[in-house]
Amino acid sequence: MSESTTYTGFWQESPRPGILGWLLSTDHKRIGIMYLTCIISLFIVGAILGLAIRLELIAPGETIMGAQTYNATFTVHGIIMIFMFLIPSIPAAFGNLLLPIQIGARDVSFPKLNLLSWYCYIVGAILAIIAIFSGGGAPDTGWTFYVPFSTQTTTNVNLAAFAAFMLGFSSILTGINFVTTIHRLRCEGMTWGRLPLFVWTLYATAWIQVLATPMIGITLVLVILERVFGAGLFDAARGGDPILFQHLFWIYSHPAVYIMILPGMGVISEIIPTFARKPLFGYWAMAFSSLGIAFAGSLVWAHHMYASGMSDFAVLIFSFLTFIVAIPSAIKVFNWISTLYKGSIEMAPPMLYALAFIFNFAIGGLGGLALGAAASDIHLHDTYFVVGHFHYVMFGGGGFALFAAMHYWLPKFTGRMYNHKVAVIGWALLFVGFNVTYMTMQAVGVAGMPRRYYDYLPEFTTLNQVATAGSWVMGLGLLIMFVNLWRGMCSGRRVGKNPWGATTLEWEVPSPPPLENFGEEDPVVTKGPYNFKGVVADEY
Amino acid sequence: MSIEHRDDTGARFGMWLFLYTEVILFSGLFILYAMALAKYPAEFSDASHKLNIYFGSINTLVLLTSSLTIALAVSAIQMGRIKQTLILCWITIALALVFLINKYFEWSAEISHGIYPGSEQLAEMGPGITTFFNLYYFTAGLHGLHVFIGGTLIGVVAVMTAKGKVTSDRYTLLENSALYWHLVDLVWIFLFPLYYLLYH
Amino acid sequence: MSEETHVPVPYRTFILIWVALLILTGITVAVSRVDVGALNIWVALGVASIKSSLVIFFFMHLKQESILFKIGLLTMLVILAIFVGMTFLDILYR
Ligand code: HEM
Ligand SMILES: [Cu+2]
Repeated sequence: MSESTTYTGFWQESPRPGILGWLLSTDHKRIGIMYLTCIISLFIVGAILGLAIRLELIAPGETIMGAQTYNATFTVHGIIMIFMFLIPSIPAAFGNLLLPIQIGARDVSFPKLNLLSWYCYIVGAILAIIAIFSGGGAPDTGWTFYVPFSTQTTTNVNLAAFAAFMLGFSSILTGINFVTTIHRLRCEGMTWGRLPLFVWTLYATAWIQVLATPMIGITLVLVILERVFGAGLFDAARGGDPILFQHLFWIYSHPAVYIMILPGMGVISEIIPTFARKPLFGYWAMAFSSLGIAFAGSLVWAHHMYASGMSDFAVLIFSFLTFIVAIPSAIKVFNWISTLYKGSIEMAPPMLYALAFIFNFAIGGLGGLALGAAASDIHLHDTYFVVGHFHYVMFGGGGFALFAAMHYWLPKFTGRMYNHKVAVIGWALLFVGFNVTYMTMQAVGVAGMPRRYYDYLPEFTTLNQVATAGSWVMGLGLLIMFVNLWRGMCSGRRVGKNPWGATTLEWEVPSPPPLENFGEEDPVVTKGPYNFKGVVADEY
Repeated sequence: MSIEHRDDTGARFGMWLFLYTEVILFSGLFILYAMALAKYPAEFSDASHKLNIYFGSINTLVLLTSSLTIALAVSAIQMGRIKQTLILCWITIALALVFLINKYFEWSAEISHGIYPGSEQLAEMGPGITTFFNLYYFTAGLHGLHVFIGGTLIGVVAVMTAKGKVTSDRYTLLENSALYWHLVDLVWIFLFPLYYLLYH
Repeated sequence: MSEETHVPVPYRTFILIWVALLILTGITVAVSRVDVGALNIWVALGVASIKSSLVIFFFMHLKQESILFKIGLLTMLVILAIFVGMTFLDILYR
């Protein structure tokens, strides 16, 4: 621990003092921190809404809210969790924090554009919040904005759709920035074969952000235009086609699930080698499976539409392709497990989250195959099985990966360590509560309970009560985790450069990293990303 | 320690990436078009007949020419001919205006015939024709918005050139605005035959 | 980074391209007056593709850019083809 106790890196160094030093900063680390702050705040709001949904479902009939409020609640919950939390979570927050450092650059290619992207995000988030409280009331369409309902409901869909448009624009700008940065700003010696896997996944993600996001943009614009002009583009009576809306929507939104999960996989690929103290198994397989997922992800969107009335031929093809896309994901899971094999494993908190990720993701992924098979999907479609499934991949996968990242990199960016014991308690509650809640949801879905209703038949009562109880355990786990991280950040023990004994470039700069990351000299890389020879963890 | 890091190629590459997003944005409308055309081939050619091919053709010439002038502007600045650059930029903007004015007259004529999204007269013409015109208005409208943005962008760059902020060895801004303008042209290259020239 | 400045394209080249574009426009308009059935739309799209290639390779300087730009464009076009083509799997077989 060579740093003096007052050293605070980029937290203090800034061309401008005070709050403006943040709001006008083009430093990728400051922008990353601003993203992280907003994302976590919105996550907490979304989680409270989720708990409210679960509370309503504690008994059949109306308990704490009526049908309309319930519809608005799950819609806002979904919009917040998807567009404001999960899509920007790892790429915009941790991508910004880490990407330049990991490739040996001083910032991203377009720092000002990066700041603009944050402002688009903030404007989108604020508009979405305004949409809840103004106009005809909070949107009640579900996060999917399906026509014909979305073109007819009197709630504030226009503003909500525009907000989602802005959030998409923010995501596009981040994507453009990252692709360019990875191509243009790798430092000397940082060949493609030496990129950390987190960078590879960000690269694949950024391409999806660039090539798929505009489709949701035009789709949302069309919903707004429909509502304004009543043109009938999606109205079968006037020559339109409601199923085409679903095509356009899912052309983006399926690839979007890879925006949510790929960077999470990158985080896990960083954490597993560090705590198994072994190079990652199958580097190139991992790198190319990221690109493979990104590409194959653009081929399967209509698996969300088996029950929509599209052609049987399309059902057949899309079902087949969905099974193909499972292959690169499985490659990743097998490679993580092979990395663990005969490693000297250390069960530090980031590692626990990473292992929980693998567990949850495997369950979610296998459930996905049940939904991808057209025959079983007809039964499972729009039931709580779907809700359980996507929480397993999005929350149990993407969400847990974000928490893993927070536990892994918090010491790097704050220079302080949280309490490990408390972290393990929080993790255990979260993990158990999570599985109780969503495994039960899957079960009640198979039994036939449909999603998006505030009420249910009496025979589903027991399972729903179990799920609700699980959600409380989960909520408690989240609370402990956040408080612990917060306290660690403010007053935890100081740590040096490399508390975990990790090997990528960010662990060679001080914690927290200084403005522009590297001193006078640009770094020069001479070895691969997971070479543990001679790397020892700092004491703390 | 400051990072006055300059990477013109990177900046151009970023612009190309942005243009990809624009293409995908428009492609949403073209997908709807393709599907509707497959469903209503006869109605689409009837509807296309109702569009004024002269307006369409003139606007095609206008845009192609403006694409030429802005391309020339880039060559001009590379050769250090600031004055020519400026003239070419202003011509481009003038052509953009001509395009929009043309569009205004074209649309006014159509609207005065009761043809616009959501109109009852249009609904009476049947589902195929309704869909054609809905798509026509939304696509051409979005394109018109891009003409406006592109023209503004070139205006800003022209002013910066006049002030000496864009020069013969620092002209990425002009190049990128030109790229954007070419995209506007590209969209129209497809829009024109698909809407104005269906066989009749 | 000096490798990256392009040699200016002579005015003449651009003007020739412009003339070619005008001729191609004439061709599309002319062809649209002849009934060749479903082929009409394919001819129109074909000519439009040629026109856009001219714009992209010359006006937009893609010819002078590195391979990265070309691969990027190709990637985008492949994805675009997937989006359009696979939607037809539904529409054509309903
Ligand atoms: C405290 C944690 C959470 C709880 C208790 C929770 C609970 C729920 C429940 C019960 C539903 C179903 C509503 C219905 O169909 O009637 C739901 C929907 C949904 N949740 Fe969560 N959830 C939580 C966290 C998350 C997270 C982290 C994400 C994503 C990252 C997420 C994304 C969604 C989405 C997209 C929907 C669908 C909304 C719609 O139908 O439009 N949730 N949630
Ligand atoms: Cu999907």
